[in-house]
Amino acid sequence: MTAPAPTSPVPASAPALGTAPAGGVSGFGRLLASEWTKIRSVRSTVWTLIAFVAVTVGFEVLLTSLISASWNSGPNHVTRDATISADPVNFIMGAGINLGQLTICVLGVLLITTEYGTGVIRASLLAVPRRWPMLTAKIVVFAVLMLVVSEIVVFSIFFIGSAIMHSHAPVSFGDPGVSRAVVGAGLYLTVLGLFALGIGGLIRHTAGAVSTVIGVVLVLPILAGLLPGSWGEHINAYLPEQAGSLIATHAESKAAHLLTPWEGFGVLCLWTALMLAGAFYLLHRRDA
Amino acid sequence: MIEACDLTKSYGGKVAVDHLSFIVQPGRVTGFLGPNGAGKSTTMRLILGLDRPQSGSATIDGKSYDELANPLRTVGALLEAKSVHPGRSARNHLLFLAQSQGLPARRVDEVLDLVGLRAVAGKRAGTFSLGMSQRLGIAGAMLGDPRVLLLDEPVNGLDPEGVLWIRNLMKYLASEGRTILVSSHLMNEMAVTADHLIVIGRGKLIADSATADVIARSSEQSVRVVSPDAVRLTPLIEAEGGKVTPVAQSRDPGASADPAPALTVTGLGAPRIGELAASSSVVLHELSPQLASLEEAFMELTAGSLEFGEHGQGGPPGEPATPAPAATPGGSAR
Repeated sequence: MTAPAPTSPVPASAPALGTAPAGGVSGFGRLLASEWTKIRSVRSTVWTLIAFVAVTVGFEVLLTSLISASWNSGPNHVTRDATISADPVNFIMGAGINLGQLTICVLGVLLITTEYGTGVIRASLLAVPRRWPMLTAKIVVFAVLMLVVSEIVVFSIFFIGSAIMHSHAPVSFGDPGVSRAVVGAGLYLTVLGLFALGIGGLIRHTAGAVSTVIGVVLVLPILAGLLPGSWGEHINAYLPEQAGSLIATHAESKAAHLLTPWEGFGVLCLWTALMLAGAFYLLHRRDA
Repeated sequence: MIEACDLTKSYGGKVAVDHLSFIVQPGRVTGFLGPNGAGKSTTMRLILGLDRPQSGSATIDGKSYDELANPLRTVGALLEAKSVHPGRSARNHLLFLAQSQGLPARRVDEVLDLVGLRAVAGKRAGTFSLGMSQRLGIAGAMLGDPRVLLLDEPVNGLDPEGVLWIRNLMKYLASEGRTILVSSHLMNEMAVTADHLIVIGRGKLIADSATADVIARSSEQSVRVVSPDAVRLTPLIEAEGGKVTPVAQSRDPGASADPAPALTVTGLGAPRIGELAASSSVVLHELSPQLASLEEAFMELTAGSLEFGEHGQGGPPGEPATPAPAATPGGSAR
């Protein structure tokens, strides 16, 4: 299909805009609207978000159902059941999030690397030549979107998971630390997404950035765990994913972990701030 | 008005733009001409703030690009490199740009109408043909009704109808008093589009003047003479300071049935040659001043920058035209 070719420049249809209304939106509000249009108008981001919901809820149902069915049976069930009973909210949230968080990492990366991959970054920077407001708006829009979607998802999986596990490891939202763990899980996913966005801004290539984020989230904790003595434990405590996900556990004391849940979340926030700062710096420095 | 002042940019030690200065005036189409790799796209990227120059500066109506509050309402740009997400519809691509400038959404439909893409506005840009992509790029450039337009190779990939459309659009926009800088490596296209030419080679300015002047100044003014009495005529012309080059019969495209030898004379005008012939009663079958085409003028201009990088410097002002009718490398050792 080809477009009908206009026969003339049609000046009449391109009226002067010298007096055009500014739209009644402040400068930064415009950029938020613009970034929102970018996110919602590309299939890759929309589908990644759908995948996040599907994977998280799907694995929540799958894992909690499997454990529930094999409760009190199977090899090593004593330790396993005891661990779950000691911190049921940790198990319930982790069942969905452990895999679901990977889609968030991909989404955060894609949001910025597709701009470089497709060349849209040039259009974006022509529109916002000072550059930083564009990235700031992108971060704000993504953070709000992630927070809303994540909180809906984590509340859903908590109620689904706790209902399935009810007869074996009862937990209610009102129990001490549980509301913090559930709300915190949404915060964790949001900040993890921003961490991935920061990596995407640093590396600019989708494959490289996704590999890096997955490596940090999945592989580093395993590698650190192989270190001798208490080295692994101490390093692990400060890795972004390990520290950040503490907030989705019941544990309040430093006894079980080296950091409290909020301290762990703070560590993730610091990592994220570092990556985003790097992304801002390089966006400013590099040719587009 | 676009003003480039001593712009210099190199990538990894290779100089792409070399102390380039020029001014693009409003109200006319300015062609930005140079062979591939001459630094046209880089210069445009420097003007638009996408790349940072090592030295020098570029301003648009007195401001650097990143000082413009709503840049798309002042400057429209069509870049040669793709800048559209293939998965995003044409309308959404224009919409996010419009929103970033505080432009109303109806403006998107206006520019879609302008470029004739309204019917396919909801289609993903990745499904567009090259010509449609160029139209989408033009739509993006026109979004903010800008006073200044930079178009990098806009006719690339367009069918003849599209080429004509862009040509007319640029002329119309210039007639409204806008500043239009359009790059091309196609001389003949520029000859019919541009009122003024900025020619660069190897990142350096070669020429900056009216299109007609560029052709006239840079091309050799030669005279074609056909005479059965060429043997007698040649010393007469040479005595007056003219340079005579016999045209080989076999290689003479102008040779008709006339068996008389043809000469190419440089350094002496047709009137004087005619007077010389008349005073010595030499019969002339043909006496015609030769006008170089823009293509030849361009080859002439950029030959130095292509072959001997240092010679493109300074540009032509004041310099006499270089005598090199056929652009043979050996013959133009200047």
